[in-house]
Amino acid sequence: MTLFEAILLTVITASTPLLIAAIGELVVERSGVLNLGVEGMMIMGAAVGIAAAITTGSSAFGVLAAVLAGMAMAALFAALTLGLATNQVAAGLALAIFGLGLSGVVGAPFVGVQREGIGAIEIPYLSDIPFLGPVLFAQDPFVYAAFALVAGVSWFLFRTRAGLVLRACGENHASAHALGHHVLRVRFLAVLFGGACAGLAGAYLSLVYTPFWTSGMTAGRGWIALAIVVFASWLPWRAAVGAYLFGGATILQLHAQSAGVPLPTQLLAAMPYLVTILVLVLVMRLRGGGAGPAALGQPFVPDR
Amino acid sequence: MTTPLLDATGIVKRFGALLANDHVDLRVMPGEAHALLGENGAGKSTLVKMLYGLLQPEAGHIAWEGRAVHLREPRAARRLGIGMVFQHFSLFDNLTVAENVALALDAAEPVPRIAARLGELSRAYGLPLEPAREVWRLSVGERQRIEIVRCLMQDPRLLILDEPTSVLTPQEAEGLFATLDRIRAEGRAVLYISHKLEEVRRLCEAATILRHGRVVARTDPRAETAASLARMMVGGEVAALRHAAAPPEGPVRLSVRGLSVAPDDPHGVGLREVSLDLRKGEVLGIAGVAGNGQEALFAALSGEVLAPRAEQILLDGEAVGRADINARRRRGAAFVPEERLGHAAAPRLTLSDNALVSGHAASGMVRHGLLDRGRMLGWVDAVTRAFDVRKSPRDPEARALSGGNLQKFVVGREVLRKPGLLVVSQPTWGVDAGAASLIRQALLDLAREGSAVLVISQDLDELLEMADRIAVLFHGTLSPAEPVAGLTREAIGLRMGGAA
Amino acid sequence: MRRLVLERRAETPWALTLASPLLAVALTLVSAVLVFLAMGRDPLEALFVYFVMPVSDLWGLQEVAVKATPLVLIAVGLALCYRSNNWNIGAEGQFLMGAMAGGWLAVSTHGLGAGAWVLPAMLVMGALGGALFALIPALLKTRFGANEILTSLMLVYVAELLLDWLVRGPWRDPQGFNMPQTVVFAPEATIPLLMEGGRLNLGTPIMLLVAVLAALLVARTLKGFEITLVGEAPRAARFAGFDAKRLTWTVFAIAGGLAGLAGVLEAAGTVRMLQPGLSPGYGFTAIIVAFLGRLNPVGCLVAGVFLAITFIGGENAQIMMQMPLDVTRVFQGLLLFYVLGCDTLLLYRVRWVREQAA
Repeated sequence: MTLFEAILLTVITASTPLLIAAIGELVVERSGVLNLGVEGMMIMGAAVGIAAAITTGSSAFGVLAAVLAGMAMAALFAALTLGLATNQVAAGLALAIFGLGLSGVVGAPFVGVQREGIGAIEIPYLSDIPFLGPVLFAQDPFVYAAFALVAGVSWFLFRTRAGLVLRACGENHASAHALGHHVLRVRFLAVLFGGACAGLAGAYLSLVYTPFWTSGMTAGRGWIALAIVVFASWLPWRAAVGAYLFGGATILQLHAQSAGVPLPTQLLAAMPYLVTILVLVLVMRLRGGGAGPAALGQPFVPDR
Repeated sequence: MTTPLLDATGIVKRFGALLANDHVDLRVMPGEAHALLGENGAGKSTLVKMLYGLLQPEAGHIAWEGRAVHLREPRAARRLGIGMVFQHFSLFDNLTVAENVALALDAAEPVPRIAARLGELSRAYGLPLEPAREVWRLSVGERQRIEIVRCLMQDPRLLILDEPTSVLTPQEAEGLFATLDRIRAEGRAVLYISHKLEEVRRLCEAATILRHGRVVARTDPRAETAASLARMMVGGEVAALRHAAAPPEGPVRLSVRGLSVAPDDPHGVGLREVSLDLRKGEVLGIAGVAGNGQEALFAALSGEVLAPRAEQILLDGEAVGRADINARRRRGAAFVPEERLGHAAAPRLTLSDNALVSGHAASGMVRHGLLDRGRMLGWVDAVTRAFDVRKSPRDPEARALSGGNLQKFVVGREVLRKPGLLVVSQPTWGVDAGAASLIRQALLDLAREGSAVLVISQDLDELLEMADRIAVLFHGTLSPAEPVAGLTREAIGLRMGGAA
Repeated sequence: MRRLVLERRAETPWALTLASPLLAVALTLVSAVLVFLAMGRDPLEALFVYFVMPVSDLWGLQEVAVKATPLVLIAVGLALCYRSNNWNIGAEGQFLMGAMAGGWLAVSTHGLGAGAWVLPAMLVMGALGGALFALIPALLKTRFGANEILTSLMLVYVAELLLDWLVRGPWRDPQGFNMPQTVVFAPEATIPLLMEGGRLNLGTPIMLLVAVLAALLVARTLKGFEITLVGEAPRAARFAGFDAKRLTWTVFAIAGGLAGLAGVLEAAGTVRMLQPGLSPGYGFTAIIVAFLGRLNPVGCLVAGVFLAITFIGGENAQIMMQMPLDVTRVFQGLLLFYVLGCDTLLLYRVRWVREQAA
């Protein structure tokens, strides 16, 4: 395996959690809800995932538990923002703070426990293709899941009636309601999907990427996922591009650190965050303003 | 005797303390054109929302062709054959025409097939539509076509139209009537909600009249006069406008010269080479269908958006095009925007705070940056007295007032300052007849006392009643203003549609 | 079938405005009991350790004031931001930036025997540092339309890494056994203590003064009205002739300045040096303080004291009951949930309705 292949492989692994979380949030925002609590749902997925995996000894069970944990957190958010029509920004912040705290409590007994990560699945024949094979077809299941999510969400949003209804709720909830669509139900399901994705992304961090638990291990990845959605103009394929861009920035700085680039490691470590800011500015500049769903972040309370 | 198509009896609906529908009965016969008449706030929209399954009645029964039905949701109403064209439309600006139609159909049907069916149907009814266009690119009339066509695609037995002509030019309205005649010729019934009486007399053979949530009359509108229908709606006579004699031609107060402004949002309409003169003592009406640049005109005249060059707007001869809204207020101008809640007033702030919204720049309410709460309250009391604003506490939040009372407050807030120039947009939109007549009289009196008043309105009747001269705004261009005496509805209507 | 519906209120009863945060606190306490039970602890003992012990002696009260000082200072600034719909969530970074800006003066004058001017200059530098750092997201928002929530948060990580670099690199105490920290600040660079035998210092009266001034600003001045109006109804604010972009700059600068002031007060008063763990998350907890205080400066003062108690209670519980510190954050997150949920009561009446049978 060449160095370039190795770098590419690490870029893919670094990008995967960002991509999974971003795709989930993209669906949420398309339905008109802004859930800023991705960080909280993600780290709960990481903590619950590894706790369940260690306790039961089954990685699969760990992943399932992580997804459920993300969904539970999302349900909490939905209860507040959809059920009680609270401010979505504030509720998202609350979710992030709450998740960071609760994950610390859940994960405390598992600090320092090492376990075998989830291994790669080599797809027969395809993985033997030179260069492309090991990069694309000898990955862990999460990487395949991320690709499947991008394709699936893209198909769902733009090729199915349910996807059309979901986009309609995000464009104009009053009209969608007037036509008899169940705006709150659609949004609830979208928020749950976002939670499931964030939980899955968290499981990837604690079960594959590191693979162990440390408090606060998401290190802002949930927030970067939010930035990726803006960067992607709410389009799934562009979210994939964005995730790989950020994953690349992370890996490059790691490689630069190990290669002894004469810059403070802290500056290199700040790169992904600075890149996020830069990209947010550039994308707004190039696109000349928001093209997000028109009803994004607005609470909806139907007349009775 | 034939079975009624739709028979609603004893319908009750309450919103908090407000009894919106109080044991309402409504019976529509097959193939009938039935009018539902009433003032704003009489409960018409609430009633038809229940017939379409959007709201649930608290008491009462709905029968369809003699069979009791329970309309839990719009889908259930559509399955019976009830279609609805909404007053403010239920369209999605960023989606295509075909997608908009797909969202109103209950069977899952691929969008391309819908587009094909849509093309056929719209040709058959003479309602041309391009399925692949995004809605924000379409005119108001075209948008209404989408609403009608997507109802027709479900082969409805009863078509409900909520105030369909309030956004159309007179000629577009004629086109709509022709379409409705055709729909009726196919044996479909029409429930027509309006407060425009001449239309109802032309179109409908039965009418149910609502007042304060109750049915006050059932009649054949063809046997009534517009005046008798109006009396039933309002429950008495509405004071006619007292016109003082127009003053001799005064000096020009407001002059606009070749003003072009880019639209505020990418989907909006800006202004192109707009010029006008407004004299002391005069009321100038700006007619036009919504979305033809009214927002840009109000923003430019008020100073919410600055003109490209100072000399494009002259106030009493001074170039104010680059002066902000407060500088113009200090020069004696005042403004009333179209949106009561959110633009003219902040819903969750008290009336005294809302007095400050336009009053902080040119009144004694603020001294050295500090608020004088006593004066703010005093202003609220003065407006309340002069404009008969009905409210229970002395200083309630703006959202607690009814539409008519809040409109009286936001108009009164400006009129009481005796401004030299008043620019007002949609002064009586969605308010009851009593409030509307009070507001119109106040604006007219203000002009006759020596101010200059510019009224932007989509209600042509209102302009014909109040204005001395009328100009028409179409696609951001303003026609020359002409004296009302020499104008007919038809002539103005043609300009509103861009034909002349 | 019965279900819950929200009915819009025409008017919010005055008493409810006061009752809703109290209800949120009560719900949090109930939840805390459940959490303690779930963790197998005696809930009464735990409640005592968390909420009563911190205020049961003079030393504890001083500590509460010391912790409440940064929380209230930051929260007051954030309240002004949130009132005007400017979502600055990067106060943690602005706090650290203030500490670094002020700390720079302390480090660079150390051992030079500089005069009494150092401390006031440090406070000014701290406020300026925080304000300038906060103006970055403000600029990116008004100039480019970049989302201030994300940019202000990203800058927190940048500030943390910058502090980390400084105390491990150029500013490290040469005699500090390689610990990542600066020298202990000299007396002329230290905030004077208010009484012997505690850590209560001049920062607390400064905080009280700021809270009072902010309360006057909000209730009595045109600028305060502008802040409220821009948040409540942006179009009405434009109609009033207020410049929302300029206001974004103003509130970000105030919030950043106050957070920076809190940072330098913490560094020069309570900790007396710079080190990576300078803030136990004050900038984030202050978000909760701002909401619990109903975005009102006086409310922030009360809420700040309450959250300071939970901070100290959490430390007590860690020492005495071996409870993880994160339990405190769980309570804080829950509290914010309840505050937001209870606020719905202000705008809506929550009602059970019976659905008509089919």
